[in-house]
Amino acid sequence: MGINFEYLLNSLPYMGKGMLGIFVVTAVVVMVVNALNSLPDKKNKK
Amino acid sequence: MDVLYENLLTLNWAQVAMWAIGGVLIYLAIAKEMEPTLLLPMGFGAILVNLPNSGAAAVIEHLFEIGINQHELFPLILFIGIGAMIDFEPLLTNPKLMFFGAAAQFGIFFTLCMASFFGFEINDAASIAIIGAADGPTSIFVANMLNSSYTAAIMVAAYSYMALVPIVQPPIIKLCTTKAERKIRMNYTGKKVSKRTKILFPIIITAIVGMVAPDAVALIGFLMFGNLIRECGVLNSLSETAQKVLANLITIFLGITIASRMTAAEFLRLETLLIMGLGLVAFIVDTFGGVMLAKIMNLFFKNKINPMIGAAGISAFPMSARVVHKLGLEEDNQNFLLMHSIGVNVSGQIASVIAGGLILAFLAK
Repeated sequence: MGINFEYLLNSLPYMGKGMLGIFVVTAVVVMVVNALNSLPDKKNKK
Repeated sequence: MDVLYENLLTLNWAQVAMWAIGGVLIYLAIAKEMEPTLLLPMGFGAILVNLPNSGAAAVIEHLFEIGINQHELFPLILFIGIGAMIDFEPLLTNPKLMFFGAAAQFGIFFTLCMASFFGFEINDAASIAIIGAADGPTSIFVANMLNSSYTAAIMVAAYSYMALVPIVQPPIIKLCTTKAERKIRMNYTGKKVSKRTKILFPIIITAIVGMVAPDAVALIGFLMFGNLIRECGVLNSLSETAQKVLANLITIFLGITIASRMTAAEFLRLETLLIMGLGLVAFIVDTFGGVMLAKIMNLFFKNKINPMIGAAGISAFPMSARVVHKLGLEEDNQNFLLMHSIGVNVSGQIASVIAGGLILAFLAK
């Protein structure tokens, strides 16, 4: 235990990859939900 | 007569200190009503396992082995109940709210770096960081999968800060926003979401997250299974059982099982204080991340977003959404942000599981 710059530098890529990963997955989910919402509602059609 | 006091002679100061910590947890649970369903069993369990030569320690350790250590059974089953409790409709009516949930996970990755900076090994740093998921089962699941040696401290921090959301978040939100921004009104259209969408949503989310982060598919799968039971419309009895009986039963076992990690030797370490501090950092940066994304989006969108709703992306369902709604009413008694903040809040629930899954994908191999 103690201040460790090397550990910090090694962990930085996880921050970048992690945040990028979350936003990419979220974007896919948003697109899918938008697609689901745009499907015509059978009840409304009748 | 020796029998009456010979066990007492083996008592040491560290065990007494753990009784005090257990007592504080019980006090917070009862007097302050802070996450009482978990802090009370954890507090009592902390006393139980720190009695000299406690005969209960082995039983609780066995519960830990079968309920958490082997396949993370308790947190996963609890997720069925949580999934059955969540109504995703506010999110499905306005899916772009999901981005706030994503941004509010920034605290997790920031804290991962900070914990590494303070010398924690990467698996422990990631386990500490997941406190920022503001979601107990996810924290337990990830910390256990990464074999962290600080599980108890992580659990106590996660549940304590979840209970402290109404105290932690408002000053951060106010620091990050102007009065004018906090007064921004948002219309809620309340579009109807079809039953088909509500049924397909949990199935598709499970498939997407499962493909990206297979180690977390159990977590998202059990959450979405609970939600599917709720939304399918033909399993109302199971849905009610999952929301109430199942969730309550598992919560009872979970709290006291976590206490198996609260022995004096494991808990009374300098690192515990550091973990509590880092957990607070995670919550603060999560809040900051969500609010900042809303402010950035306001630079580009004509229909302005009240940046406070970004803070609800921290998960901590539903306290965080209520905090934002209350802050909105404080600024303008006609500004009703609840439906927007609930939408962001449930998206935070999903995003925190995705974050946990990504961390496992990076580190659990």
